[in-house]
Amino acid sequence: MPIQYKSIIDEHQATRNSATLFDVSHMGRFVFSGSDVESFIDRMTTRKVAGMAHGGIRYSLVCNSDGGILDDILVYRLGTVDGGDQFTMVVNASNRSKLWDWLHSNVASLDVTIHDATTETAMIAIQGPTAISVVNQHLNIDVNSLKYFTGCHAEFDSVPLTVSRTGYTGEDGCEIVVTADAAEKIWTDLMTHDGVSAAGLGARDTLRLEAAMPLYGHELSESINPAQTNLRFAISLKERDFVGKNSIVAAMSDDAAAVRVGLSLDGRRAAREESEVYHNDEKIGIITSGTFSPTLQTPIAMGYVHPSATKIGTELFIDVRGRKIPAKIVQLPFYKRK
Amino acid sequence: MNPEQFLYAESHEWASIEDTDDGKVATVGISAFAVEQLTDLVFMELPEIGAVVESGKEFGEVESVKAVSSLYSPVDGEVMAVNTELPDSLEILNEDPYGGGWIMKVKITNEETLAKLLDFASYQKQCGQEG
Repeated sequence: MPIQYKSIIDEHQATRNSATLFDVSHMGRFVFSGSDVESFIDRMTTRKVAGMAHGGIRYSLVCNSDGGILDDILVYRLGTVDGGDQFTMVVNASNRSKLWDWLHSNVASLDVTIHDATTETAMIAIQGPTAISVVNQHLNIDVNSLKYFTGCHAEFDSVPLTVSRTGYTGEDGCEIVVTADAAEKIWTDLMTHDGVSAAGLGARDTLRLEAAMPLYGHELSESINPAQTNLRFAISLKERDFVGKNSIVAAMSDDAAAVRVGLSLDGRRAAREESEVYHNDEKIGIITSGTFSPTLQTPIAMGYVHPSATKIGTELFIDVRGRKIPAKIVQLPFYKRK
Repeated sequence: MNPEQFLYAESHEWASIEDTDDGKVATVGISAFAVEQLTDLVFMELPEIGAVVESGKEFGEVESVKAVSSLYSPVDGEVMAVNTELPDSLEILNEDPYGGGWIMKVKITNEETLAKLLDFASYQKQCGQEG
């Protein structure tokens, strides 16, 4: 996927106003089989996935035993085409090989087989307010009946595919997984629809930032504990054990650890990763992602700040290349679709 | 304004040189090629009037959604005027990079540095290799 096809702002606005296609085939796709799969994946994820209904999808974190975040992932229980039980996991491209090794090192004597389907399949995201109706019309799948964060198997022109109502833009939409040789056909067909255009990595970043979705390597890393991330929904503590749980529980009562917040800056100059955050003259945090928001027409950023400075409206300064720019803590997400 | 008669820095700034009663004055901007490569501009910082600029040294910055880029002066001299309309209407750079998109006027203090600049044909050739 290129950074941009033509313009990040145009591609961003097209996603917010109509529908765009993203080639997200670089994301890793692991398929799990074996009788111990459900309990195995549940032990590897911060969020409960055991007992998830068929068709269900959950966002979760994967941690090491110290609670360091190895990746943020989606777990799918879409089953096999013939109705059998099957889990799949979509992982970040940059973490694919690390996760592959980590998962295997935890299988031990369990009946779990993992297959890496990344290169034999492609993944296309279609995102935006008209995305669902485009998929309904072109792929002849009733996506309306799919609830957010569910998925199903489908077929288009005898091409088998999976469709999930998921995405990374803050808009409604789908992600479609097809065999690699059929990907071009699906992409080309969707692109013929009036108002559908392609969007690149640059727009994907500004869109996810407005929606306050974390990006691994920025808001998430092995030196950040899930308790700091403001992703409480992705941590299930009750009546289950998982790798990293003890460290997460301990970190939850640490009232000095920096936590993830959203910031809005004065002017038009954007804070970038590693810009320092100050309260009066005291350094209290660091920016992990920042850009000029095309939707809000103001610079926005996410970062980690000391818990004493997280209240909405707290006035701070961000050092942007040597100049202290006034900023304040704002509610996340920056953008929420109507 | 005819961009074919301008001089260009390898870093994509242009300079249009005029003889005035005060000596040589350069009007400085950034090329259409640079504007196209940067895309999605959201912020520009102008130098202050009276500031001393130096050939090849940063005099301001321009920021797109994706990144910040430095602006480098093509000439040695003192800033006489800046285009104060530009930061609030960066779209001018797309519409008229060699006219309304001018950034600053510099009173040249050292004409020797002009010899380092490229003519239009050489600059076009450089862009062809980069693009």
